[in-house]
Order: sequence, then C-alpha cells, then structure tokens
Amino acid sequence: MRKRFVTSMTAAGITTAGLLLAGTTAIGQTPAYRAPRTADGKPNLNGIWQALNSANWDIEAHPAGPSIVRELGAIAAVPGGLGVVEGGEIPYRPEALATRKENAANQLKLDPEIKCYLPGVPRATYMPFPFQIIQSQKHIMIVHEYAGAVRTIYMDKHREAPADSWMGWSNGHWEGESLVVDTTGFNDRTWFDRAGNFHSDALHVVERFTARSPETLMYEATIEDPNVFTRSWKMSMPLYRHVERDARLMEFRCVEFVEDLIYGNLRKQPSK
Amino acid sequence: MAGQVPSTTRTIGAATKSYTPPRTPDGQPDLQGFWTDSTYTPLERPKDVTKEFYTKEEAAEAEMRAAEREREQTEPGTVGDVHYDLAQFGLRKSQSTFARNLRTSLIVDPPDGKLPPVTAEGQSRAADRVARRKALGGPYDAVQNMPLSARCLVSAMGLGYDDAGSGPPLLPTGYNSNYQIVQAPGYVMILTEIIHNARIIPLDVRPQPPRKIREWMGISRGRWEGNTLVVETTNFNGKSPLRGASENMRVTERFTRVADNAILYRFTVEDEATWVRPWTGEMPLQKIEGPIFEHACHEGNYGVANILSGARAEEKRAAEGATKKSAK
Repeated sequence: MRKRFVTSMTAAGITTAGLLLAGTTAIGQTPAYRAPRTADGKPNLNGIWQALNSANWDIEAHPAGPSIVRELGAIAAVPGGLGVVEGGEIPYRPEALATRKENAANQLKLDPEIKCYLPGVPRATYMPFPFQIIQSQKHIMIVHEYAGAVRTIYMDKHREAPADSWMGWSNGHWEGESLVVDTTGFNDRTWFDRAGNFHSDALHVVERFTARSPETLMYEATIEDPNVFTRSWKMSMPLYRHVERDARLMEFRCVEFVEDLIYGNLRKQPSK
Repeated sequence: MAGQVPSTTRTIGAATKSYTPPRTPDGQPDLQGFWTDSTYTPLERPKDVTKEFYTKEEAAEAEMRAAEREREQTEPGTVGDVHYDLAQFGLRKSQSTFARNLRTSLIVDPPDGKLPPVTAEGQSRAADRVARRKALGGPYDAVQNMPLSARCLVSAMGLGYDDAGSGPPLLPTGYNSNYQIVQAPGYVMILTEIIHNARIIPLDVRPQPPRKIREWMGISRGRWEGNTLVVETTNFNGKSPLRGASENMRVTERFTRVADNAILYRFTVEDEATWVRPWTGEMPLQKIEGPIFEHACHEGNYGVANILSGARAEEKRAAEGATKKSAK
C-alpha cells in the first residue's frame, strides 16, 4: 500500500490540474463511501482517531535517522516516511528555506513540542496521539490527547478570528460527505513537525475530513501562507479509528514533564 | 431536608420545576452552550451568617461587599495593581455575567453550610502535606514548590496549595470561570476555559479503568436520570487535592437544565478518609453568550520564570552584600 501511495503521489505531482481528484484517489483508490448519519442527517465523524505515519517527525519524505539526544539511542530515533505533502516538496520562499534549516539544526532549543506547547494545526492531527471528535450541530469539538489541546469548530456563527491563538479559530461547514474546516488567527509559534517546517501568523489552513470506510477517515489540509510559501500546498493522509473496547483519550498533561527542562536553571542551588 | 423545591427557585431566580429542556437530535436533554459559575457566593457560609438564604436585598448587599473587596485587591499603585489590574482586563466578576444566588454558601449539606469535620486520617495527611512542602524548601526555590495554578497544571479557586483543582466538582475560579458543554451520541464534553481542560464523559456503562490509572481530574462516567445528567468521578491522582481530600475521593454531580439560561448544578463529595461525612454543594450555571478563548497558560507563563529568576537575583544580591560586609 505504501508503494501505491508513492506512485500516485508522483502522478499527482505531474498532473497539476488534478489536485482535487488526487485527494480522493491518492490513497488506496477509495470508492465513494457514504458514512452513517447522525440524527440530524450529517456524516457521523464521531470517534477516536489517530494518524499512523511519521509526519510528526517530518511531513516531507525522509529516511530513518538517529535520535537528537545520543543517550536515548534507538528509543528516540526517527522512523522513516514517504511524506504526506502532495507533490513531495513544500514550496518555500528561498529565505524561508534558510529558516527551516536553522530550525532543524536547533531543534532541541526551538521545537515547541519539546516544551509541551500547544501543537497548532494541522500538526495536532498527525502527532502520535489520538484525538476525539465530538460532533454536535453548532459546535464540533476536536479534543487532542497531546497537551489537552482543544479546538472548537464553529458550524453556526462564522466569524473572523477575534484574536490570534495557538490552535487558531475554526469555522466549519459540510460539503456533501466532507467536514470542511477553515482556520485562521494563528500565531507564528507552532511548527508542522520536528524537522523545523514552519509558518508565519498569516497561516490559513483548510481541512477536509471525509469518511472513507467505517474505520478510516481521509484527511486533507491545504496550507496557505504567502509570507513563507510561494503558493498554497496540500498534505493528505488517512486517519484510523481506535476500535479497541472502551477506547478513551488518556491524560497527557505534559506541562509537568517539562518543568525541570524549562525552569530547572532557575532552581535554587544548595548553599556551599 | 428543608425545602428541596424552593432551593431550586432560590438558587436560580426564574427557574421552575415544570421547565422542559430542549432535546438534542439524538434525544438527550440539551445542556449545550457556554456557561459560567462565576459567583460571589462563598463555598462555606460566612462566620457571621446563620441563615441558609439571603433576602434579595441582603444578597445584593453581600454581592456589593464582595465586589468591594475585589476592588481593594487592585488599589492603584499597590503591588496587587502591578500584578493584575483586574478592572483593566475586565476580570472583575461584576464586569461580566455572574450567577446570582440567594444562598449564603455553595455548601447546602451539612446544613450549617460548612465543610464537615476532618477525620484524624485527614488531619495527619494535611500535616504530612505541609511537612513535605516544607522539606522542598522556600516557595520560590523551584517551580515544583509553586502553586499548581501558577504552574498552569490545573485551575484553582484561589492561589492556595490545597485549593487547586479543575474539578470535578466544578468550582468558581478567580476569573473567567467559564465552561462549554457539547453533546454527541454517547458523550458529554465539558470544557473548562482555564487551562483548557476538556472532560469527556462517556454515557455507556463501561467499567472504570484499573485503579492505577489516575488522572488530575479523575475519570468520569455519566448517565441520564430523567432530565438530569448524573456524573460519577473516581481515579483522582491526588496531586490537586480538593480541600485536602484523598485520592480516593468520589464526586457525584447532577446537571439539570431548569431554564433556557440556567443549569442547576449539584455535587456531592464522598471521602471517608478525609471527612466524617459526605458534603454537598449547589449552584447555578448561568448561560453566557461565549465564545470562550484559548487559555494558553503554560505557553505564556512568564510569571514562573520571572518569579524564580527574581528570587535567584535577590539571593545573589544578599550573598554579595554579606561578602562585602565580611570584607570590611
């Protein structure tokens, strides 16, 4: 399946006119699937979902690599991945490419995930943690296990982001089988992955969540940020349902785990 | 029990027992929307008050006195004012919607409106906690010595150490004591604005996870009893003890929508290792327009870093002063 993914992604790169089609055909040639409905007749996306890929390490194609902390050996080594960016490469502006390199070189110091900061969008979706969709008519909640990050998707009163935030301001609507979420109002402090891929506060993300089988969703995110990229670009991946009995989001309140890292240098030293 | 029926109407002005809540498309009583439990009513009945309910006039006066005290905290030119000018940021309770209540305390049982006596075990646990905290050193020696709410781990009623807890039970935080409730088939989610805590409550009859799985806000199970959502929570981790409770505390909450703009919220805390008897509180959740904003507390926590570095700078200065003195 991985091989087929690569082939069709390359094809999508060549067929520049077929971007919309590529979303539905890129992964496993999904036949049209009609999701079960909620009581109010919308596709029912409720559930606990998780990506199963290495996009959180690097959304572009990357080979496996060593851990940035030598002592952690294979535990924190990087698993390889074929990438989730359609067309293969992120269209950075030249000066932004330099910033990405700098970010990657200083990951220990700069990666917001290391400090347990809110992950932003779309990164929250493909971190190696589950998230739960709680779907109602006016508000659809996406609650992430990682750092307890939360998004409210406003289905009723669409409005401009009233303030910048880490997780952005999300307006949503239904387009047939898809939940379409338009998110703006980001700050410039989150990354797309651990490889230093980044954005500015001009980031605009349009996501599509589409059921493709009872246990999988198709996820697409179109990224727009004229400060950083020469054009808009898209990533896509399947999301998998947690089907185990009594599945639940566990608590991952990581603030406690990073306090010594962030504030340890300010600890009172024992007097000599 | 003196007057169950009037208690609803006196906790929530216009509410009536005959109110029929709207339903969600899947048939649950609809509790959805944005709510606040911001209130001037204290958890425990004030010393000089002996009755359960104020008159309307007395309640208004008590609110005014409490608002006055809030104002005193931020007298211009004082340290409090430098830290937080509550009025400037619209954080005074009286500056936004708060839940009016004729009750003199949130605690309705015991009938004296006070927490029950603490057991011997509870007292020795409290003493242990104080001793352990002392052993850690001064309050600004390390981040771990600071209050949980300052560390952005959980929200708090006050800034005290044993006052912390994002619930359950829901208890008013100092400011922005706001909630968002969203319901989906089989689930109710309650988001607390402060520290963005989302509590996802399954409505099926699944068993609790093993006792070794313990979380800051415990683990909740819910069910509908008529129009009332009943939520039971156990498996607390004991790190944010509500008024000195043990990790085996059990909380039962009852949410009943009694008006378009009000939910009657009632909670019972059981912990025989801490109190000689269970205790129960009751308060209204008042509808607010919303939205609630992202509370990225940890991400913007300059307070902890500044307080700790201030403390280190003072120590350094004191040490240098001592060296100079001894050199003379």
